[in-house]
Amino acid sequence: MEIWVSQFFNGLSVSSILLLIALGLAITFGLMKVINMSHGEFIMIGAYGAYMTQQIFKSTLPKSLFDAYFPVAILVSFVIAFAIGYLLEVTLIRFLYGRPLDSLLATWGVGLMLQQLARSIFGAPNVAVSSPSWLDGGLTVFSGVVLPYKRLFIIALVALCLFAMYLYIYRSNAGRRMRAVMQNREMAACLGISTRRVDSFTFAIGSGIAGIAGCALTLIGPIGPSIGTYYIVDAFMVVVLGGVGKLVGTVAGALGIGVFNTLFEWWTDASLGKVLVFLCIVAFLQWKPMGMFAVRTRSLD
Amino acid sequence: MLSSSILPRRVWLLIGYAVSAAALFSAPLYLNDFRLNLLAKCLAFAIVALGLDLLWGYTGILSLGHGVFFGLGAYAMAMHLKLVSSGSRIPDFMDWMGLTKLPWFWELFKSFAFAALMGIAIPAGLALLLGFFTFRNRIRGVYFTILTQALVIITVTLFVGQQAYTGGTNGLTGYTKMFGYSLKSDTAKTMVYLATVVALILAFLLCRYLVKSRFGKVLRAIRDGENRTRFLGYDPSSYQMAAFAVSAGLAGVAGMLFVLHVGIISPTMMAIVPSIEMVLLVAIGGRGTLVGAVIGAVIMTQAKSELSASYPDFWLFFLGALFIVVTVFLPGGIVGLIRQLRQTIIRRRSTNEIKLNSVVPEGNGVV
Repeated sequence: MEIWVSQFFNGLSVSSILLLIALGLAITFGLMKVINMSHGEFIMIGAYGAYMTQQIFKSTLPKSLFDAYFPVAILVSFVIAFAIGYLLEVTLIRFLYGRPLDSLLATWGVGLMLQQLARSIFGAPNVAVSSPSWLDGGLTVFSGVVLPYKRLFIIALVALCLFAMYLYIYRSNAGRRMRAVMQNREMAACLGISTRRVDSFTFAIGSGIAGIAGCALTLIGPIGPSIGTYYIVDAFMVVVLGGVGKLVGTVAGALGIGVFNTLFEWWTDASLGKVLVFLCIVAFLQWKPMGMFAVRTRSLD
Repeated sequence: MLSSSILPRRVWLLIGYAVSAAALFSAPLYLNDFRLNLLAKCLAFAIVALGLDLLWGYTGILSLGHGVFFGLGAYAMAMHLKLVSSGSRIPDFMDWMGLTKLPWFWELFKSFAFAALMGIAIPAGLALLLGFFTFRNRIRGVYFTILTQALVIITVTLFVGQQAYTGGTNGLTGYTKMFGYSLKSDTAKTMVYLATVVALILAFLLCRYLVKSRFGKVLRAIRDGENRTRFLGYDPSSYQMAAFAVSAGLAGVAGMLFVLHVGIISPTMMAIVPSIEMVLLVAIGGRGTLVGAVIGAVIMTQAKSELSASYPDFWLFFLGALFIVVTVFLPGGIVGLIRQLRQTIIRRRSTNEIKLNSVVPEGNGVV
């Protein structure tokens, strides 16, 4: 029983990070039909944002304030990733609309350059971010099951982001415009929505969320220039499994992959677990080729 | 408008092919060891590029998983070489991992014919299987591409994880002999090089035959409008599966040759980065033209060898920029660029001719 609970909890925390990463991918893919392979590098940008914040706190502020750096780091990561995402959309992505496979190659190139840039600035070896002391330890549910505060914090952070995204997409005017563009770009443009502005803003938000995910990852382990590549393919699988264009699909996809991944890896070993997850996904797609929650459409292609 | 050239285009092409083939076959005479080895690697990658072009350029399916097929071919050959080189004992890494007996599936690779067959059959079979489960359900485009990428991840994890059977992260290396000859000797190197040239020419002819045939026409129809092809009564999925399998088989051949040239295969060589670089070979040369794939492979592999050796940091910036420039500005690649230039020249020439032709009769007419 104990082991089940802690395995499930681990699965949940893996899912929550995957969810944060896949959120941005799902939006940009659904909205602009752009495959952003450099999304993983926005995770890296967020992670290094947290690292820099920590260094600044260490060097300029008194020691007693150090523990407060993490909330600031989250904000910093979001803002930096948002800004770079906006810049990328304006300079490159807008030339690639409607060419998903080309966008995949070009953004892969962007990712390579960003990785090399990080390597030149911060050095190739991983750097460690020391997490704030109030996240040490864990919550004892019952004997034998300890839920680490760090992972609980990540889950809470993801829930908060998800809630904010829900409010943004389904309850705000900007979100309404976004959904309109997603469903029918031409019609939305006819009704006076600036699709250009929606595109760049949405892309930037997606990148910003990836930045938050990167910041959260610093709680789990050391960070390096290629941290994003570990997560990017899994995040894409979440999008494929969950279906494009609906928040609930991304949530379900992330939960499914995260939990099953953890469970399979526990039952077999890490390498076979991955194979099993992949087989399950392919099997599931036999049944629902468009993912769990596809937006219904009558268009042929 | 091409009447200005003395010979028809076909003849020029044939001459071009013959000259390149002659240059390739005689390369051992004028290249030193290092250059010859590099060229051999380029040609091995050209075979992958041909297969990828068949799939991406002609059928419109982008696979980012060709590193896996390449790697499977390479491992098949490497297993054979490893067994031959370690003689009667079991390979050294198995010893370290605590195995005492050769696993049964390694036993089979003692025969060269079996290994060579498996180097093609395993990649092609895997592609057929994956294709069966994706194309039949009309999983295509980006979805398919992402699935191939996942295939790369799981294969690499599997090969790293099953260390006792695959050599883990280190891969398979340390082969010395083949057919009883030393692999290090100059004769062996030249023979392997020539085998690569022959394989490349055969692969080129096969792809050319496929592309020119009815099969190739259907592939292009699928690329340009899958649903319309379906409405015409074709079953796109079987054609897609066939193209995917042929393409994977060619990647397997290339992998086998690669092992012979380089002498090592490890999971890093079939990871995501090499897989995407293979796609770039086709993109640079020009997708949808077989010559483009070969040109792209040769140029890029050479450039990579030069640049990454002298400027390891600069190389990744260069590679990244290349991805961006090619996709945004040069969708047709090098061959597309050449075609564009030729068209411009022809147009310019023809407008000149029209001017000349039109001025004279008008003058006559007025008078």
